[in-house]
Amino acid sequence: MQVEQLEIANFLQEHSPFDELPEDALNRLASSVEVAYYRADSDILKFAEPIQDLYVIRSGSVETYRRSGKLYNRLDEGNCFGQMGLMMNRRVRFPVKALEDTLLYCIPVDIYNQFCDEFDDFAEFFGSDENASLRSAVNNQQDANDLTTVKIASLLAREPVTLPTNATVKQAAEVMTEERVSSVLIVDEYKEVEDDTRQLVGIITDRDLRKRVLAVGLPLDTNICEAMSEELMVMDHNAYVFEATLTMLRFNVHHLPIMKKRKPIGVVSLSDIVRHESQSSILFVRGIFTQPSVHDLAQYAKDLPSVFVRMVNEDANSHMIGSAMAVIGRSFKQRLLELAEEELGPPPVPYCFLALGSMARDEQLVVTDQDNALILSNEFDAEQHNEYFARLSKFVSDGLNACGYIYCSGDIMATNPKWRMTLDQWKEQFSEWIEQPNPEALLNSSIFFDLDGVWGRTKWAAKLQSFIADKAQENRLFLSALARNALNRTPPLGFFKGFVMEQDGKHRKSINLKRRGTAPLSDVIRVHALAVASRSQNSFERIQDIMDANILPPGKAQDMSDALEYISMVRIRHQALTIEAGEEPDNNIEPDKLSSFERRNLKEAFQVLDKAQSFLKFCYHSQNRPR
Amino acid sequence: MLFKKPKFDWPQRYQTLQLEAEHPAVKDFYYKGIVSGETPLEAVSFMALDFETTGLNPNDDSIISIGMVPFSLQRIYCNNAVYWVVRPNTPLSEESILIHHIKHSEIQSAPRIERLLEPLLEKLSEHILVVHFQRIERLFLNNTLKEHLGETLQFPLIDTMEIEKKALKARQGLTGRILNKPVGGIRLNNCRERYSLPQYQSHNALIDAQATAELFIAQVAHHFTPQTPVKNLWLDDI
Repeated sequence: MQVEQLEIANFLQEHSPFDELPEDALNRLASSVEVAYYRADSDILKFAEPIQDLYVIRSGSVETYRRSGKLYNRLDEGNCFGQMGLMMNRRVRFPVKALEDTLLYCIPVDIYNQFCDEFDDFAEFFGSDENASLRSAVNNQQDANDLTTVKIASLLAREPVTLPTNATVKQAAEVMTEERVSSVLIVDEYKEVEDDTRQLVGIITDRDLRKRVLAVGLPLDTNICEAMSEELMVMDHNAYVFEATLTMLRFNVHHLPIMKKRKPIGVVSLSDIVRHESQSSILFVRGIFTQPSVHDLAQYAKDLPSVFVRMVNEDANSHMIGSAMAVIGRSFKQRLLELAEEELGPPPVPYCFLALGSMARDEQLVVTDQDNALILSNEFDAEQHNEYFARLSKFVSDGLNACGYIYCSGDIMATNPKWRMTLDQWKEQFSEWIEQPNPEALLNSSIFFDLDGVWGRTKWAAKLQSFIADKAQENRLFLSALARNALNRTPPLGFFKGFVMEQDGKHRKSINLKRRGTAPLSDVIRVHALAVASRSQNSFERIQDIMDANILPPGKAQDMSDALEYISMVRIRHQALTIEAGEEPDNNIEPDKLSSFERRNLKEAFQVLDKAQSFLKFCYHSQNRPR
Repeated sequence: MLFKKPKFDWPQRYQTLQLEAEHPAVKDFYYKGIVSGETPLEAVSFMALDFETTGLNPNDDSIISIGMVPFSLQRIYCNNAVYWVVRPNTPLSEESILIHHIKHSEIQSAPRIERLLEPLLEKLSEHILVVHFQRIERLFLNNTLKEHLGETLQFPLIDTMEIEKKALKARQGLTGRILNKPVGGIRLNNCRERYSLPQYQSHNALIDAQATAELFIAQVAHHFTPQTPVKNLWLDDI
């Protein structure tokens, strides 16, 4: 028998999201509430303990903490907590302590799930509210000095100080004094814009003025171009602070121009970065470069999973985690190449070591194989030089395998002579793929369309990116073949529907979130990105470019971004939990281990993918149909 | 010592009472037994009980509603709560209707108390009763049982008002007691306020039962421990 719980119902009715519930549902909810009381200062929820309820504060107040012990949030009358734990394997994620004597209404998880299924507003409240508070916590709290979560652009306090190429060193010194800066950028606004070059032609710093002007006694009217540094390290404005830090430490530069498109929007100096304290994943990367041998590197790599788990627990989003893991993977490659060059001697001709696939997209996670290739100088002579590069590639590939980046089963590695080509040969290869598209051949080569330079002449990688971007956009047949391939892997929609309807435990099969989720979504995004000549490699940045080009119906690009983020995060969290449980992480999840909330959202994300695929099909194949 | 020593070994006593009892419902109540007095509070199943009555005299007045909520120190289980409206044998004054917010129509369709006594005993068995001001519940229950079943019930119960009185006295201290300093109210809402519990719209038997359960859990959190033996708190009789 259910009794009308007037007091509880009246209370709930005054607070979101319960105020939106119809009266009978509200009474049903009120009748299933359990009540608990906690004295001030006592623990309500402890980290990683099982959690069975959503909590609503009836009176009093509580504090929720991060696992690190830092304050996450303060909540009082009418606020809810515990939803995050219910969504994530029913373990407490944020520990909770009573700040005052506190009376709690506890809504059992079954009822909570039922209401999430039944009422969209209810489900959304807990979905979006948690994210919103997560986001605001990221912005407001201690994360302000957390390098892994801050984009480099946020460190820019002012516009860059620039001078044209015809300025003198005296003018440079004057403007630097006047503006109280230690560097000035030299910009050529009329410069012909071609492949990846930019208007920015150089930088001049205090040190340059001292070393290159005063110390050598150049006259004050010397043209600034004679004193400036031309080999510039720059960063994209989307990069995270830690990437900038790494670049500075790695290349021993103290000033880093920050670029948006091809224009500098500011300069970050080492002292800007020093103000932020270093973070665990950065320390980890630093450590990579201090390992004296492949053996030590392989030992060191065993800590990588815990770095990953730490980032997940610090609420990093999938973009941050993906790029941190990619930077780490890249650093392993770089250190291995350094070691290889120490052992084999300097390269006979310049080269560029390429990362392909997820690492190039900055979307790497912990379970990953190595996909790489080499661009060789056009001076490459097979008879003279081939052996060196074969040995170099083998050294790196074996080293990566020892560090946990397993060999690529498709043999897309620099050890395969097929994938060691000169820049011109690569251009020919890409031309062939693009101009004479053959879906079967493209199936195996789509991975090459996500590429990034890791070591050596990385400019060549940028040149290839530009080459591909320009060529692909014009070639509709190629895009259409790529689009066809992007439809090969479908989201597990039917399976999910069946699962959702039959909760009898018969469907014990698991879903591969990468194969059926993130990978096909990245495929779709790649086609649109190439169609708008985007040079970005990261899927989220590609989506931004697609949005800017305005080629999709309103809202579609944002939907794809959200879907990718959601599926990635489920995948990431799943991997982190697996690692924490001491097991081998993989990409498979069993739907019946998800909360109904997660299932709902996954299903929605898969529906976005399904629609995105249909739209892609419509874009590239409908006009081929007979009318 | 805060509380007087219990006179009875209740599990043993229930066995004896079971043999003496005549009415099957009463027999059954004792048959189901009771936890030993040594049981720590955290392991006890409690039942908060509240009667709303037409007046304060058990001989003239009658029960008009019953609220019951089962709970443990950890949780109060509202989904198993019980609320019964009772049709009294004496006509209900307008005044009581106002106080208790029970409508005439509700009373007209409600069962008489005799039909509720057996289910009531059934619900109460295997639980330690928790009430605020035991005189009302104990006397009204026993008067009604005597009238309709021909015998009364003996059982220990916990009275949150008694706990509060003792706690207030302890807080008042010796000098306070000598100077007879005021100690504060002992009505349900006064007590709840001391533990930062919210003010409920009371005079509904179910809400008061829940309010009593919450008060008791708060009292234990402040004055006792989950390991305190239940016999330290229960009262044998009035």
